Amino acid sequence: MSTRIDKRFAALKDEGRAGLVTFTMAGDPDYATSLALTKALPKAGADVLELGMPFTDPMADGPAIQAAGLRALAAGQNMIKTLALVKAFREEDNHTPIVLMGYFNPIYIYGVDKFLADAKAAGVDGLIVVDLPPEEDDELCIPALKADLNFIRLATPTTDDKRLPMVLQNTSGFVYYVSITGITGSAVPDAGKVGQAVARIKRHTKLPVCVGFGVRNAESAAGIARHADGVAVGSALVSAVKDSLDGSGKATARTVTAVTDLVTQIAKGVRSAALKAAE
Amino acid sequence: MTVQQPNSYRTGPDELGHFGNFGGRFVAETLMPLILDLEKTYAEAKADPAFKKEMDGHLATYVGRPSPLYYAERLTQHLGGAKIYMKREELNHTGAHKVNNVLGQIMLARRMKKPRIIAETGAGMHGVATATLCAKFGLPCVVYMGAVDVERQKPNVMRMQILGAEVRPVESGAKTLKDAMNEALRDWVTNVADTFYCIGTVAGPHPYPMMVRDFQCVIGNETREQMMKAEGRLPDSLIACIGGGSNAMGLFHPFLDDRSVEIVGVEAAGYGLTGLHAASIAGGRPGVLHGNRTYLLMDPDGQINEGHSISAGLDYPGVGPEHSWLHDMGRVQFMSATDDEAVAAFQLCSKLEGIIPALETAHALAGVIKRAPALPKDHIMVVNMSGRGDKDLASVEQYLEKKGQ
Repeated sequence: MSTRIDKRFAALKDEGRAGLVTFTMAGDPDYATSLALTKALPKAGADVLELGMPFTDPMADGPAIQAAGLRALAAGQNMIKTLALVKAFREEDNHTPIVLMGYFNPIYIYGVDKFLADAKAAGVDGLIVVDLPPEEDDELCIPALKADLNFIRLATPTTDDKRLPMVLQNTSGFVYYVSITGITGSAVPDAGKVGQAVARIKRHTKLPVCVGFGVRNAESAAGIARHADGVAVGSALVSAVKDSLDGSGKATARTVTAVTDLVTQIAKGVRSAALKAAE
Repeated sequence: MTVQQPNSYRTGPDELGHFGNFGGRFVAETLMPLILDLEKTYAEAKADPAFKKEMDGHLATYVGRPSPLYYAERLTQHLGGAKIYMKREELNHTGAHKVNNVLGQIMLARRMKKPRIIAETGAGMHGVATATLCAKFGLPCVVYMGAVDVERQKPNVMRMQILGAEVRPVESGAKTLKDAMNEALRDWVTNVADTFYCIGTVAGPHPYPMMVRDFQCVIGNETREQMMKAEGRLPDSLIACIGGGSNAMGLFHPFLDDRSVEIVGVEAAGYGLTGLHAASIAGGRPGVLHGNRTYLLMDPDGQINEGHSISAGLDYPGVGPEHSWLHDMGRVQFMSATDDEAVAAFQLCSKLEGIIPALETAHALAGVIKRAPALPKDHIMVVNMSGRGDKDLASVEQYLEKKGQ
């Protein structure tokens, strides 16, 4: 199987640069704004889109992404609408990979088989489900692989060499390296340590390695891009959404551009790193 | 539907932490290595006679075990049916059953050389027990507690602070137990290298439900021995309140294979099962939260609902996975008691027996009040007096004022 994710990372490799992986919350701050933002992200320089599936109890997320999920839920977002958003995006863009990211319960309640079928039909390429470690692969990972969806796994600083093969075994698309132990949006990663960690993972897999957690601007993105196949940015983007809202928490004319302006800057950082590496 | 009954109800969980379809290890990868390490350490400790010996020593001299099994004569006469015994867990040091489990976990934390302890708490009893043992063993302790619970359980907040613990109020969600658990998990993910998460109930990822159960089984084991001494036979029924369900599991588990013993759990029905409540088995369905699959209160999209109970310790939208399994197997019967019924039981028990129960425990007593009158006088019933009610005086006063009584 070759998904949009596989093709995109192959193309990035040919270009000789890291990819920019953006995370935004589906339905934040409302469905229409979220769709407009999702459509605008590739033009601003995003190479892979992660879309959050909002959940009431995001146990691994920091305050920024927690708040984004609650804004989306308050605006009536649910799984049906998240899949509809992907479908609407696909009408205009059939190349940019989309990865749904979130927690298992909303998928479990939607029904695993129905979810996989509907997600595939909508144009989803991969899944990241935070609370499904390899020990629970039978729940969703194996069925997802059978349904031709990539199942992207998180590797963390606590995943040692003994455990890595197990984590990587059923992983496809790319490996998401969480560069610190902690919740999303916390400390800035140390680029040197990230490089060592990526090298360690690459000893175990041929898959692209994307690094996330703590990337906030062009500079920190460039630092990571020198060491990884992809740079993931999330909390900074959902914070930009929040800062653009009016007093009652509604979207304004600035909401989409607030995020895309930041993505444009970060994309420049990612690309500058690639040019330096090529010199 | 007939369910295939197992030869024993006491063999779970399997090596993956499953009780039938429930349980499991639904956690972020960051936590997995630590959970596997904990599982290994616990297995070693369980097989180590020195661990048991040290634990038994602390239980006897520090906790004050065994707790008495008390014949509640006036309550029995008042209800006019079953003969009611109370397992007096509220007499333990710190005033609840929680300490049995915390002692075991703190000993494991020491064995794992984790110097920092975190805990979540609802009513504050688990937080107090954790703060107490951290003081005893000289460990820094952070307790996450929903801001609403900080307000309604002030005496326990003060106790934890006097014991040297840091109480961090949690402002997210409904600001109750579920949110405290989310925040404790976030702390753990962040400080995984040096931190031990002392979970207060039979929930969370494997091995917690099994481990907490094992530490609480001292309740049922003692009850069995004490009842043989008092009556020369096993009880006919057991009854306990269920939030996460650790006091209930501790009493129930040693009796699960004694088929003559009827076992009843009482959930918190809050304003009633058609309104806001915290009865996950009566009003929920299987889902995945906080590391395990279990019955949960949620909306049709799988978003977790806020529970409600006058009792902060039962105000949680889930229940331990083994309880979910025992419910599906039909081995444990579940009933519920409303806020009103719990407060009435709280008052009755205080006046008739001179024991002020925790509001959590009052739910179990409400179950006793419902069931005992219709049972014969030779029916022996044991209720788990899981905690004392000093912490709840303000909540009850406020409730009674609101009701205009």
